[in-house]
Amino acid sequence: MKRSHWSIPYAVFLGIFVVLPLLLILLYALQDGQGHFTLQNITRFFSDADALGTFAVSLEIAIENTLLCILLGYPAAWILANRELNRSAVTIVLFILPMWINALMRTLATAELFNIFGIPLGKGTLLFGMVYDYLPFMIYPIYNVLVKMDKSYPEAAQDLGATPWKVFWKVTVPLSLPGVSSGVLMVFMPTVSTFAISEFLTNNKIKLFGTIIQENINASMWNYGAALALFMLIIIGISTLFTRDGKEAEGALI
Amino acid sequence: MAGDHIIDLRHVSKRFGDKAVLEDINLYIRKGEFVTLLGPSGCGKTTTLRLIAGFLAPEEGEILLDGKDISGIPPHKRPFNTVFQRYALFPHLDVYDNIAFGLKLQKVPTDEIDRRVRKVLKMVSMTDYEERDVDSLSGGQQQRVAIARALVNQPRILLLDEPLAALDLKMRKDMQIELKEMHRELGITFIYVTHDQEEALTLSDTIVVMDEGKIQQIGTPTDIYNEPVNSFVADFIGESNILNATMIRDRRVAFIGHEFDCVDEGFGENNPVDVVVRPEDIYFTRDEARAQFRATVRSCVFKGVHYEMYVDTDTGFELMIQNYDAYPVGSEVLLYIDPDDIQVMRKERTCNTFEGEMVDETHVKLLGGSFECLPQPGLTAGDAVTVQVDFDKVDLLDHQEEGVLAGEVHFLLYKGDHYHLTILTEDGDHIWVDTDDIWDKGDLVGVDIAPADLKICKRNEA
Repeated sequence: MKRSHWSIPYAVFLGIFVVLPLLLILLYALQDGQGHFTLQNITRFFSDADALGTFAVSLEIAIENTLLCILLGYPAAWILANRELNRSAVTIVLFILPMWINALMRTLATAELFNIFGIPLGKGTLLFGMVYDYLPFMIYPIYNVLVKMDKSYPEAAQDLGATPWKVFWKVTVPLSLPGVSSGVLMVFMPTVSTFAISEFLTNNKIKLFGTIIQENINASMWNYGAALALFMLIIIGISTLFTRDGKEAEGALI
Repeated sequence: MAGDHIIDLRHVSKRFGDKAVLEDINLYIRKGEFVTLLGPSGCGKTTTLRLIAGFLAPEEGEILLDGKDISGIPPHKRPFNTVFQRYALFPHLDVYDNIAFGLKLQKVPTDEIDRRVRKVLKMVSMTDYEERDVDSLSGGQQQRVAIARALVNQPRILLLDEPLAALDLKMRKDMQIELKEMHRELGITFIYVTHDQEEALTLSDTIVVMDEGKIQQIGTPTDIYNEPVNSFVADFIGESNILNATMIRDRRVAFIGHEFDCVDEGFGENNPVDVVVRPEDIYFTRDEARAQFRATVRSCVFKGVHYEMYVDTDTGFELMIQNYDAYPVGSEVLLYIDPDDIQVMRKERTCNTFEGEMVDETHVKLLGGSFECLPQPGLTAGDAVTVQVDFDKVDLLDHQEEGVLAGEVHFLLYKGDHYHLTILTEDGDHIWVDTDDIWDKGDLVGVDIAPADLKICKRNEA
């Protein structure tokens, strides 16, 4: 048997569970309820003020969440990667630990905490939940790049007259951008499509794009739901183009 | 203190954790000098350079620049620039921005930056490479950019950390000549770190030979080569025959079973010493009257410029000889050595001396292990003792667990008819061993000493 035959099970798996569903989404999006081909679902989205508004809110929340994750995650990753500040591997595990627990359970627990302390659910609680859920995905790739960075780069910058502050901004930050960009990829993409977090942490007061898709499909409006899903896939596809500029991202992903 | 010193290291010591990497280093460097720190890996040469650059701080001692202590000054304020071993060119900047990095930080006007970058690129023969990505350059080109990036800031001292180690032989030779040329043109001080003795001899005004965190010898290349102060230096620099000898009296020394005239004085009478004879300084002769000893040629290999021969002397010692003429293997030859070419060196030690403690009447504890010894009347458990062991009385075993102590062959020296080994024990102590067996550096060995060979005497408590 040729070695290439070994890949057949994987190819079959990918075909059934990845390619076929994607084709189905495309097919459903371009059909009406009776199975006739139409562009109606697409045009409907652009005239649906509700859907467009939700889409804008989703993008806004996703961008805010990503920025907050960078703001909190970069310093955390930097401290973790710094041998003088962090001598133990345990602290790194502590940051990664939440990833081992199901996100839904964490979200439910967070909602319960807000309930106990009587904090009203809203945009604030939604962002808190999202940052809490996605922060490790930002920290880890940045940490990975920083820890592998050749120590002689910051030393060379210092040697050429850079103060510690300048070393950080002119060398450490630019060289760690690949880590930031994979972090962005891993945080931004799932937040665009999430719906469970907004359901539990805002009681559906804030609807995200994922929620609308879910609602349409729950209401058996498969075709319009598929069109919305297709649209979201395209947005995510575009966002990967922005973050992945060629070879830079290599090695940064987990 | 002389006024032409640019750098003074005074009693500098440095430890990493428990391990002392530098012990009491004293060194001065003159303005405009090309100084090389030379030694095997782990000898402390790079640590010394990093102390001067400011990346490390000494635990003890002080580092002076123009006579002023610079211990508290961070690296970015020191007027030195470094060429790093793996270049450390910033991958996110092109060649121009890499070189301009330091000037931009100093807020030098743009047109001056431009002028200086172009000038220094011309100096390292890299004109027209400004826009290139550093990753697209060859090792040699990256090296040139790294040198340019350091020199453009017009440092008072250029520090070079094994800058040529990653280049191939031909390119290394070319760069050596260029570096020497740059040093002559710029007139600034170069401090160069290398483990390559040939590089050190080629480039330096002064060589500092280091080993085990200590300076072994400081001198000009010719001094270091012709008059090594100990067997480590003699062995490390160039090829050499290092032999046990006895200084009979001033200007007369005995080794390989013969007596020779020499030019050294002041080593006492009938004192054990080491001598070093360079392989090119043993001459062939046909004149019976001139010959000092006979030997049989055992091997002869052509090395390009000369032949390298191993001969067995009539007294059973092996010597290495280099000569322009080949002598056939198996032939008997007559040899002599000029008095000038015999370098006599003081022996650092003539036997192992350890401090120990009696465990009971027949056991003594030393170097962290308990050795069986002959019954010691008059000594009781807990007595502090000094133990002496001759070099050839230490037994080395193939397996670490078979010995009382476990160690590693750390350094070896061929002495004509036996090997002189330095064994590093697991606790970091040294044991010196003479043996006929062949060991390699890094071999793991067990160490044992026969009871009768432990010479024990009570230590006087001071």
